[in-house]
Amino acid sequence: MQLRRPGIANPTAFLPAANAVAKLGAALIVMLVAFLSRDPVTPAILLAGVGLAMTLTGLRVADLVRLVGPLLVAAAILGVLNALLTGTPVGSSPGAVVDRATIGLALGLRVAAIALAGSLALATIDPADLASGLIGHLHVPDRLAIGALASLRLVPILVTEWRTIGLARRARGVDAGRNPVAALRLALGALVTLLVSAIRRASRLALAMDARGFDGRTKRTMARPPRMRLADWLLLAASGALGVAAIAISMALGRWAFIFG
Amino acid sequence: MGHAPPAIEAVSWGWRHGGRSTWAVRHLDLVVQPGERVLLLGRSGSGKSTLLAGLAGLFDERGGGESEGQLRVFGEAPATSRSRSGLVLQDPEAQLVMSRAGDDVAFGLENRGVPTDDIWPRVRAALDAVGWAYGPNRPTDQLSGGEQQRLALAGVLALEPDLLLLDEPTANLDPEGAGLVREALARVLDHRATTLVLVEHRVAEWLHLVTRVVVLAAGGGILLDGPPSEVFVGHDELFARHGIWTPDHRGKRPARPLLAPQPESLIVTEQLSAQPPLADRPLFARLDLVVRSAEALAIVGPNGSGKSTLAHLLGGLHRPQAGQVSASEALAPGHAGSSVWQWPARRLVTRIGSVFQDPEHQFLTGRVADELALGPMRGGLPEAEARRRALELAERLHLDAVWEANPFTLSGGEQRRLSVATALATAPRALILDEPTFGQDRRTWDEMLSLLAGLADSGRGVVLATHDRALVEALADRTLHLPLGA
Repeated sequence: MQLRRPGIANPTAFLPAANAVAKLGAALIVMLVAFLSRDPVTPAILLAGVGLAMTLTGLRVADLVRLVGPLLVAAAILGVLNALLTGTPVGSSPGAVVDRATIGLALGLRVAAIALAGSLALATIDPADLASGLIGHLHVPDRLAIGALASLRLVPILVTEWRTIGLARRARGVDAGRNPVAALRLALGALVTLLVSAIRRASRLALAMDARGFDGRTKRTMARPPRMRLADWLLLAASGALGVAAIAISMALGRWAFIFG
Repeated sequence: MGHAPPAIEAVSWGWRHGGRSTWAVRHLDLVVQPGERVLLLGRSGSGKSTLLAGLAGLFDERGGGESEGQLRVFGEAPATSRSRSGLVLQDPEAQLVMSRAGDDVAFGLENRGVPTDDIWPRVRAALDAVGWAYGPNRPTDQLSGGEQQRLALAGVLALEPDLLLLDEPTANLDPEGAGLVREALARVLDHRATTLVLVEHRVAEWLHLVTRVVVLAAGGGILLDGPPSEVFVGHDELFARHGIWTPDHRGKRPARPLLAPQPESLIVTEQLSAQPPLADRPLFARLDLVVRSAEALAIVGPNGSGKSTLAHLLGGLHRPQAGQVSASEALAPGHAGSSVWQWPARRLVTRIGSVFQDPEHQFLTGRVADELALGPMRGGLPEAEARRRALELAERLHLDAVWEANPFTLSGGEQRRLSVATALATAPRALILDEPTFGQDRRTWDEMLSLLAGLADSGRGVVLATHDRALVEALADRTLHLPLGA
């Protein structure tokens, strides 16, 4: 219950309604370009594009802030630390200071672009749609995709159970107080209990799935076959165009730098 | 067309699970004709669930198990006739696969290769058949247990099985949820001539839905077989001896002692509130409650009303979001008024014992003997004294026979008794139990009733968070009703 993604206020908005594989592909393109570019201009342009995409998520502004706020703060801290601690341009000449600032800025922007693109995709992709998209478009074996989907459903149950096990141990007179070593030992013991219970749950779920014919004897059909509509191709194309444009503009400004260059 | 084969035909059938030395079911001879509705009874361990899984075609010997004799479903091996049977299990959480209700019902149809265009009409029909109140997009994690079981039933019905197998479908549910499931099943049986095999412990509410009762013997074979009107007449003593529920079995509280101890307050709550994270309303708010000694207090209410949360708070297991849970002078001499959640665990267990719904969550050692001695030793008793007390408790709760066993290998009833025994080992004055009779057969149920009554009569404060009406009726001196969403 606690791991719920933010509820999408408007499920008919462009991104929530788009094909899951197209969204994943679009995000991966942005993430890849941001990863490969070492300069600050490219990720800045990517971020502007991702910012535009944020208006298409159908999320409430407050939910959006809660989703991306912490990521932006983390990226900013990472950028500042990197500017302060980087070892490459030595000295305190004005040129070195500018270099340090550029390195920090570039890293912060790249991390922000990667994190934001990924989190927008995660927030708007329904796992069930992703599973059927992977099976339908990318021919991932359905035993694998549906199995992963089913085990995802157990995650919030296990989170609740972990908490219960902690309480149950206190009820047996066992707590760590302020001793970190005891806390670690206790956590390991609780982990074993959780593991035993997780395996039991998983095998019960597997039995129930088997009983409903998930046994690989018949070729499965799909209740909601995934479709690539024109809008989904446009999303992929827009993401590709954003990546190309970011690199091209950066090159025109003479700033583009390849990560392995 | 010639003679139709029976729906079920077992000829001295038996099944042994891989890695086990004893047979789960043995020497079973049973014929069920199409359209019969069978209630299958038997004490824990008599192989009811094994038989259902066998009928559903879920066993094969490559998994290491071994069978003997013959089992046929509609004249074929169960694995071959698998598409004609549908199985609903006890735990709703363990059988929903998808996050949307409609997708979950469609899951089985997809597996059977039903063309996409035919899936949704069948999903809608199955949801209608169980009286589904929401649309197909309802998230499955926002359903109550009863609604989840209704959905699981719809998922099986969509496959239009000729043999419906239900393994304790309401064991995990509150009375309202169980009512939802029975109502849905009654609806289905009105419209279809499905053959039914149902396993349930508490039989009274189900009798109007079945035409035949089969009682499995613990050692193999069948004890009784016939229509409900015959099976339950004149066999009370036999049912009692085998620890099987009868429709009119009511627990009886042992007579109270003539000189009962005076009740005094032990735990006091003031303005206690609880609200789960992300929930839009509190479970309960501004609750003032007193737990007294020499008294059994029942906390009842539907699933999700906060019974377990309240039990944890009274047990001092975590900090309340608002309000106080404090100890009285009688519970903690010299610490009257202190908040119980602030106590270190080793002090807590000598005053308040908590027993969780799932005993396995509380086991910490690999041996019953160590499990019982652990609490007293942590409470500061010397080892010899702790062992002596452990042995005494084991004898009192009939755990001496499994003294050396690993707690995780015990039967459900033994695990339940052990979890209560571990809480009693530190001699707390208040004992708080979450669903102590959950999933227990009649024998354990009766034992639990007399044990808890004895504790209250000897001056302990006993709190039960439960939806077991029979237990509340037999035991509770006082009852607190928690409504859904106070």
